[in-house]
Amino acid sequence: MRQFLAVTLCGFLVLPATSGNSAVAGRERERAAHVLNRLAFGARPGEIDRVARMGVDRWIAGQLQPEKISDTAIEQTLARYRTLSWSTSRIMKEVYQPLVTARRRAQRDGDDVQDGSMRELRREAQRVVGDLSAQRILRAAASERQLNEIMVDFWMNHFNVFAGKSIDRFLLTSYERDTIRPHIWGSFEELLLASARSPAMLFYLDNARSRRGGINENYAREIMELHSLGVDGGYTQKDVSELARVLTGWSIDRKRGNFVFRPALHDRDAKTVLGIRLPAGGGIKEGERMIRALAAHPSTAKHIARKLAERLVSDDPPPALVNRVAERFTATRGNLRETVKALVTSPEFNDPRYYRVKVKSPFEYTISAVRAVGGQIENPIPLAQQLKKMGQPLYFAQAPTGYGDDAASWVNSGALVERINFAIALTGNTIPGIRVPEVADPLRLAGVALSEDTLKVIADRKTDDPAAIAGLVIGSPEFQRQ
Amino acid sequence: MNRRIFLRSAGLVLAGTALTPGVFARMAMASTTKGRKTLVTIFQRGAVDGLNMVVPYAESAYYTARPSIAISRPGQEGGALDLDGFFGVHPALAPLVPYFKDKSAAFIHAAGSPDSTRSHFDAQDFMESGTPGVKSTRDGFLARALGKKANGSPLSAVSMTSSLPRILAGSADAIAMTDISRFNVRQHAGSFEQMYASSASEAFEASKILSAAASARLAPANGAEYPRTPLGNSLKQIAQLIRSDVGLEVAFADVEGWDTHAGQGGSNGQLANSLRQFAAAIAAFARDLGSRMSDVVLVTTSEFGRTVRENGNRGTDHGHGTVMMTLGGAIKGGKVHGRWPGLSSLYEGRDLAVTTDFRDVFAPLLTAHLGVADIRQVFPRYEVRPLRLI
Repeated sequence: MRQFLAVTLCGFLVLPATSGNSAVAGRERERAAHVLNRLAFGARPGEIDRVARMGVDRWIAGQLQPEKISDTAIEQTLARYRTLSWSTSRIMKEVYQPLVTARRRAQRDGDDVQDGSMRELRREAQRVVGDLSAQRILRAAASERQLNEIMVDFWMNHFNVFAGKSIDRFLLTSYERDTIRPHIWGSFEELLLASARSPAMLFYLDNARSRRGGINENYAREIMELHSLGVDGGYTQKDVSELARVLTGWSIDRKRGNFVFRPALHDRDAKTVLGIRLPAGGGIKEGERMIRALAAHPSTAKHIARKLAERLVSDDPPPALVNRVAERFTATRGNLRETVKALVTSPEFNDPRYYRVKVKSPFEYTISAVRAVGGQIENPIPLAQQLKKMGQPLYFAQAPTGYGDDAASWVNSGALVERINFAIALTGNTIPGIRVPEVADPLRLAGVALSEDTLKVIADRKTDDPAAIAGLVIGSPEFQRQ
Repeated sequence: MNRRIFLRSAGLVLAGTALTPGVFARMAMASTTKGRKTLVTIFQRGAVDGLNMVVPYAESAYYTARPSIAISRPGQEGGALDLDGFFGVHPALAPLVPYFKDKSAAFIHAAGSPDSTRSHFDAQDFMESGTPGVKSTRDGFLARALGKKANGSPLSAVSMTSSLPRILAGSADAIAMTDISRFNVRQHAGSFEQMYASSASEAFEASKILSAAASARLAPANGAEYPRTPLGNSLKQIAQLIRSDVGLEVAFADVEGWDTHAGQGGSNGQLANSLRQFAAAIAAFARDLGSRMSDVVLVTTSEFGRTVRENGNRGTDHGHGTVMMTLGGAIKGGKVHGRWPGLSSLYEGRDLAVTTDFRDVFAPLLTAHLGVADIRQVFPRYEVRPLRLI
């Protein structure tokens, strides 16, 4: 057993630095591990070598064009989550309306709202967000379009909508599928406009009911503070109330759950927002004009560049990088593919100084652990529950800010205990719904060299049980980072 | 910045494998300090409408500004519960009224942060850092208050949240958790303790203390019944920590759902439901702790208040001043503290003004109750004028 460890340790620790060529290969392998951590949800068994062999630049170029990557396996898996393809009007008609009707009837007749048919309707209602969470987890774990899933995670968080707010849980299916996913490689302006026309956002931030003479500032403030300009982006309280007036009438048809502009609710008087004078009677056009102006504002370029750099490079990204990415954003009129490309092909992103400086979020940690051990997810719901325990339930960030992307948001002792217990349960193959094959080479699971201290702790354990070693590696400090 | 904080902020870096001091020695140390004081802070995230929480029912301007969501005067149906002839609390706060009447609870009205931001994120950040208007402050003010006076227990500062809140950021001694019964490593605990010895050793010590003290198994006392809500759960566990004498000095919990832009409701409805759960959790906590409340002060705060006038959706938008509450210890209760600015002259023409800085509420609690020696370190560049709460 001692021997087993000694052999494995030796094999692992010998660095391939004997010749120039293998030093280059070693660096490419390190880079492959880096991009699989940042631009994917971690490496699957053998994947670091595969990416290093094909060339990291080529892999990145491929990931920047997800539409050209075949992803049939995951599409087939997702087919069994039937509400994923449903339109909002179908969800409202087949799930929401029956629930409302049954609830009203129960109230009128004084029936037990806990009875069987009610329970069934509620289960059906929960299925909608359940299917959606399943989809996010399965795609993150198994889609070949890994960077696409990273960006979905980023933009869904940037344009956060809370599923716990009333009917929003029925609107999120279409929100992710039709509003966010189709726009994340296109222009930011179109993405911002799509989010502004999305029933999920209009309902979540209360714009759906804002009306002339009775404005609601919630969305007008957040679209500037969070979605575009940033909190120091140069707007005032006056701009917030004026923009709220501009956006009066941007509403939803509550029954069908689709976007409508209601001229009767719209404030027809003249307004001034961010110094732009909007003459009276602008209708829906003036809202569109203002949203385009927000997308094109220099503060927006900076804000988006900074947030992307925080996610993909470092909690405290170098200002020169942020400026360069912001310039690319501006030069391409907010083309998000070009913006992300500028970031991930930058010298900073590829500088070993920034390897493993970020702490994984719970979503990144759990999914990367499953990928590392080659786990097969048969039922994603236990993983969704795990994320809730770790403080990152999918679709349930209540505040419009979404979840934090830095270490401070996720590093603390309670979270550490949860992570360690998850590592033990996963590698012990005791999480229901996830099948973990026997791990052949547990010391290589982290994808990077383990520290001497971690190796010593593992050696001191005096075990040759691969599952036990795998648990220690997945729970180790090295695996918390990316 | 000491090494441990640095390692933690750098994110669980591994270095060294020093063994931790004997847990029982530390437990013994903790148990000799019965009678230690605890400060429990509850953050109402989302900006609570202070005007409907503690209603200035004697001001007719209140009723003019809120035709559909005002709380009626005391004595009317669904009316406020009178406190002092001028203010009355929302009827959903009924479980807290006995504590006000017996002078163990007080409110502070028109309280808040002097910074004018109406961004939830910035305002929470400013309040938790304890430095309104200054974005560069790295640590939280409760972390600074805890500072060097941490008592040696790894459970001296506990946040019942899934991540460490800004208000405790930078503290080497603060622990965040949401479920004390799950706070133990199930296998290979010794190995993991060694791996994280330099960055998170207190987590393992805390876990051992919790299981030795069997904190999670303490049933609520005095017939207290906590609502099954996140806040109810948090306060129930904070009470377990206090009652099992594990050395808790600073506790933190937060509760969301106060951002009532639409359909806020009056004596019933959205805000009423939130307040009802809020009051039930706090009342259960006070009941559970019973006489031990003399060693405990609970304080509530929120990033700002809401517009005086209701908006077009029977809700309220982001405002300025709001109300804080404090309960327990030697609090001078039975009073609504603070200078009332009135509703005839509003901050920026729309909001309740702030006449009591939140730092002047926390200052006496930190010094007179918790025994913090130097309040200037807690609230730098601010001349504290402590409210006479104790």
